[in-house]
Amino acid sequence: MNRFLPFEWIAAVRFMREGLVQTLLIVVGVGLGVAVIVFMSAALAGLQTNIIRRTLNYMAPIVVIPPQQVARPLREDGKGAVVLVQPRSQQLRSIDQWQKVRSQIERLPDVTDVTPVVSGPGFALRGDANKAVNITGIEPESYLRVIALGDKIVDGKLSVASSDIVIGTELAQDLGAGVGDKLRLTTAGGASQTLNVTGVFDFGNKRVNETNVYISLHVAQSLLDIVGGVSSIELKVRDPFEAETIARIIQDETGQEADSWIKTNAQFFTAMVAQTLTNRLIRFFVGLTAALGIASVLVVSVVQKSKEIGILRAMGTSRGQVLRLFLLQGAVMALGGSILGSGLAFVFLSLFRSIARNPDGTLMFIIEIDPPLLAVTAVGATLVGLLAAALPARLAARLDPAVAIRG
Amino acid sequence: MRMEAPVRVDTLRLEGVRKSYGAGTPVETEVLHGIDLRVGQGEFAALIGPSGGGKSTLLNLIGLLDQPTQGKVWIQGVETDRLGDAERTALRGRAIGFVFQYHYLLPAFTALENVMMPMLAARGRPDDAMEERAAALLHEVGLTPWKDHRANDISGGQQQRVAVARALAMSPALVLADEPTGNLDTNSADGVFDVLRAVNESSGTTFLIVTHDPRLAQRCDRIIELIDGRIVADRPNAGVVRRSGAVFSESA
Repeated sequence: MNRFLPFEWIAAVRFMREGLVQTLLIVVGVGLGVAVIVFMSAALAGLQTNIIRRTLNYMAPIVVIPPQQVARPLREDGKGAVVLVQPRSQQLRSIDQWQKVRSQIERLPDVTDVTPVVSGPGFALRGDANKAVNITGIEPESYLRVIALGDKIVDGKLSVASSDIVIGTELAQDLGAGVGDKLRLTTAGGASQTLNVTGVFDFGNKRVNETNVYISLHVAQSLLDIVGGVSSIELKVRDPFEAETIARIIQDETGQEADSWIKTNAQFFTAMVAQTLTNRLIRFFVGLTAALGIASVLVVSVVQKSKEIGILRAMGTSRGQVLRLFLLQGAVMALGGSILGSGLAFVFLSLFRSIARNPDGTLMFIIEIDPPLLAVTAVGATLVGLLAAALPARLAARLDPAVAIRG
Repeated sequence: MRMEAPVRVDTLRLEGVRKSYGAGTPVETEVLHGIDLRVGQGEFAALIGPSGGGKSTLLNLIGLLDQPTQGKVWIQGVETDRLGDAERTALRGRAIGFVFQYHYLLPAFTALENVMMPMLAARGRPDDAMEERAAALLHEVGLTPWKDHRANDISGGQQQRVAVARALAMSPALVLADEPTGNLDTNSADGVFDVLRAVNESSGTTFLIVTHDPRLAQRCDRIIELIDGRIVADRPNAGVVRRSGAVFSESA
């Protein structure tokens, strides 16, 4: 007997060792449950982070644009007979006093970086080729802190000085243009300018690579005819999941319209929330199953050992001691299961890594099991084990020794 | 000048003890009809009587495993009817040792550990003193060579002797034995009985032994007979046979 362990621990360990097969079965059962929970949570987190990373690759978490222009009927007293209000067509406009709006946004606590952007439609021409593009005028220093464009350059360098332009890989292919070549940008307003291709980027998204072109803010302002103005202010926030909340705050504070990536990708975001809910549901039921397993093993043990428990009580063992003896067994089994399960989760993970690969052999997405998740799972499992043992432990503690010994 | 006689506290005292089951229902049955009993320190008494006469019920009441419907039970002068469960458990652990017809040793533990168990439950953690005491008790019942065997790996007679050693672990004032030799062959039974008698003589522990076996009853100092919930006879045993004469064998 271990001199440092109290009675309850000694007896709990011996009882579990005595029913070794039962104990092992339930530990393996709990372990499998824990492995599924850990692996699923990690996979889901990996998948979501991955998709968010890909989406927020080329897109700012929040984009602030001028409020929609609305047609307002002159008579609003209800007496007139306004039959039809035709919505106004939206023209490219600057944000009113954008410098002031920018500094207003910069002062918000959760906003990390802010950058002004001028963007609008245009055409890229080179020789006979003519492609519709989305002209994006940027202020490189601040823009790069919001969108990691610099990391996406696959050829040349990121330079958007006065007559420079950075284009995507697809567009470069379509126009047959490479670094050092010239191309011409025109807009519907009739403005046009010849620019030097200084860099080619790849965002890993065909549409973006095809349509986005980056030029300096000033050139874009003159091409799109909003000299001195910006069409949007884009910003980055500390937690992308808080983007919608922050967007609302910005909207209230500045009077401009603020769109978060959550709103823009509503469908995707809904799917993600549904995934998360499903994951929680599965976790709950896996936990419940494990708990029922532990409880049933312990109930059987209490019934099997009722005479021994009776004699322990007759010998002066208190109700509390008997209660703790069984609670401990539940907690130890669950903890053992969670340790086994964490190991199994790593096995699943390496299996998954060898299966879930792109055709070119690279990983589809990165899953990491982070230690805090394991710690939380271990603590959670132990609590579940304690709860599961509560009923059998109470049964054992309430055994009437006289009845238990006689029966 | 008269000296006050020292007040002798009975190890066990019952006064007007009644026990019924199913109280308040139409099938209420009274099993014990007013038992008065005193057992002094160091007595070695047999409780005999036919099955269903209330012997086990009486033993449960004395052992604080159950409570009387009416009447009072004193253990070493402590009135027990007003004690709460925790106090009753503590008093039971301290003052009363049990030996049952079946040994009820914990199979997950060795003989020595089984004897340590009541001390462990009372004091929380194992220590050297406990182990020494348990070893001494096993020696007393002649089981030193088997002390590290698992409870299931020794013979029935040996198991019952371990149970006796366990009952003595807390140096109880009173040992209650319910058919302690009921499951054993004659030779083993005599061995266990000799151990009980020897402990009684060496330490002055009070024994109350329920038995069906008239031969064993004859070896007790006092015979109490319980029939239909009443004590019908309570007499000293004049022709007490102290020793079985059986060769005390360790392997029995």
